[in-house]
Amino acid sequence: MQLLQQIINGLMLGGILAFVAVAFTLTIGMLNFLNFTIPALFMIAGMVTWALSSTGSHLFAWGWHWVWAACAGIGIAILASLLIERFTYRYMKARFGDATEHALPLVSSLGFLIVFEHLAMSLWGGDPQRFELPFKDSNLRIGGLVIGIPHLTSLCLAIALVALLHWLLTRTRIGRALRAIAENPDAATLMGVEVQRIVPVVFVIAGALSALAGILYAASYGTVTPFMGDAIATDAIAGMVLGGLGNIWGAIAGGLLVGLVKVLAISTFGAGVEKIPVWGLLLLILILRPSGLFGHTKIGKGKF
Amino acid sequence: MSGYLAGLLAVLAINIIVAYSVFVPAAAGLLNLGAAGFVLVGAYGAGAMTALFGLPLWLAIILGALLAGAVAFLISFPILRTRGIYMVLATFAFAEVVAGVLLNIPALGGAAGLSVMAYAGLPVVVPVALAVVVFVAWLMSTRFGLSVRAIHDDESVAHLFGVNLRSTQVAAMTIGGAIGGIGGALLVHQFNFIDVQSTGVLFSIYVLLYVLMGGTQTVWGPLFGALFFTLAPEGLRKLSELDPALKFLEGSRYMAFGVAVVLLMMWRPQGVVTRTLIERLAGSRKADATASGTAA
Repeated sequence: MQLLQQIINGLMLGGILAFVAVAFTLTIGMLNFLNFTIPALFMIAGMVTWALSSTGSHLFAWGWHWVWAACAGIGIAILASLLIERFTYRYMKARFGDATEHALPLVSSLGFLIVFEHLAMSLWGGDPQRFELPFKDSNLRIGGLVIGIPHLTSLCLAIALVALLHWLLTRTRIGRALRAIAENPDAATLMGVEVQRIVPVVFVIAGALSALAGILYAASYGTVTPFMGDAIATDAIAGMVLGGLGNIWGAIAGGLLVGLVKVLAISTFGAGVEKIPVWGLLLLILILRPSGLFGHTKIGKGKF
Repeated sequence: MSGYLAGLLAVLAINIIVAYSVFVPAAAGLLNLGAAGFVLVGAYGAGAMTALFGLPLWLAIILGALLAGAVAFLISFPILRTRGIYMVLATFAFAEVVAGVLLNIPALGGAAGLSVMAYAGLPVVVPVALAVVVFVAWLMSTRFGLSVRAIHDDESVAHLFGVNLRSTQVAAMTIGGAIGGIGGALLVHQFNFIDVQSTGVLFSIYVLLYVLMGGTQTVWGPLFGALFFTLAPEGLRKLSELDPALKFLEGSRYMAFGVAVVLLMMWRPQGVVTRTLIERLAGSRKADATASGTAA
């Protein structure tokens, strides 16, 4: 029973990691861009939702209904993601002809990460804030097992959204255009794909996924801080690599696996040990099988 | 010298050393997002030498550097199998593994961190930093430095001209790791304390940004990057203390750093200090000369 509960906890954490891992893997797979602002988008959505929905003495404490606050959080995160697109991918593309051959978008995204995290800190301070849930009891109890509803929602939502994403990528015009860009941006342009108009779609999807994950994380664990995205993002990156860069189903599996390994390692050996299995495994996979555990891709092999 | 100034100078010197530890591999085209890994190996290694075995400080620093260099040498072979984004991720994962291992060695303090008695102080830290700068400047002027630059600019052409890619890159990683170890050894003995949290992911990110902002084309890039990005936030903080109206500068200095990173990537993607800039300053190139040399 104890073990079963730990497995459930691991899968619940993994559901959120899977969300973020899909956002990472999408930008890498489509644009060959390791987007380090994803933890910031995750945090922005969580903090904006908290600020707008709660009442208190902090800025923007407008006491909105949580649905509107969550929508605002997602909207702001998507706008921030488009801002990042403007100053990283689009700018580099316009100036150098090819954004993927340079480390520049990666470095700029680190700059944006610092800007957003410290912006949130100067607005709301660095202390963890309590994220109040609108429901009395947010746990399901089946037998002796406790399942958090926000956790369960995030897991189901992650799988549903990735199914939708899969459909979008394989069955629609936009999806075909995106895959053409992933294959070869220049050839896609020659074939009539409007790269400058299609690329922002990737940033909107990645922003929305990170934002949803941020809100679900805040609801699941009950706190928000300006730096809440960092630890989640590093674990999500691990999940992404396990699943293979650019593989959205792999990212789901990888995220769940990392969540599971983390929670089981903590419950078996105590806190602090979980870094070794997760990152050790990751280092091994990067070296021995860079395409991840599932399938093979040819992403990220260029200089940058 | 006031305590504040002395502390600032020590931080600056250590930042410069760590920046050079990232610069040497970066000059060979290897992005290292795991500077914290080598710094931690050097710091815990040297810290254990003085705190647990009672060795003198100078010997501990040398052993810390050797240990970090050895780790860098061993890890460079598997890491060099990876390329591009995979290499960034592999160095990142390496630093996390080092942190995870150190966190679980009770003899080294575990999560509580390692405290040491031996104190380095400015008379040790500053000369070592100067020595590191001079050493790297010398290194880059040798045949090895030329090979490193050639690999950075074009791997396959360098290979055609007889540069041994593997051994040059392994050497660059090893030297970088050893310099990082020196930085770590000084860090632990300057503050008498080290823990895994304070030298984490953000530390590696900041150091990599110092180097890329300064520029990897010349040896003066990381020096400029570390100087500017250590002193400018302090300057803003001092400025904010002058007048209550400038109070907002205190909180926004890290934001200013982030904005500077984004803008610099747009205007000077090769970093602030480039070969062309040095040539112009030295007067060996006319101001109207084309900047074709910078578009590497």
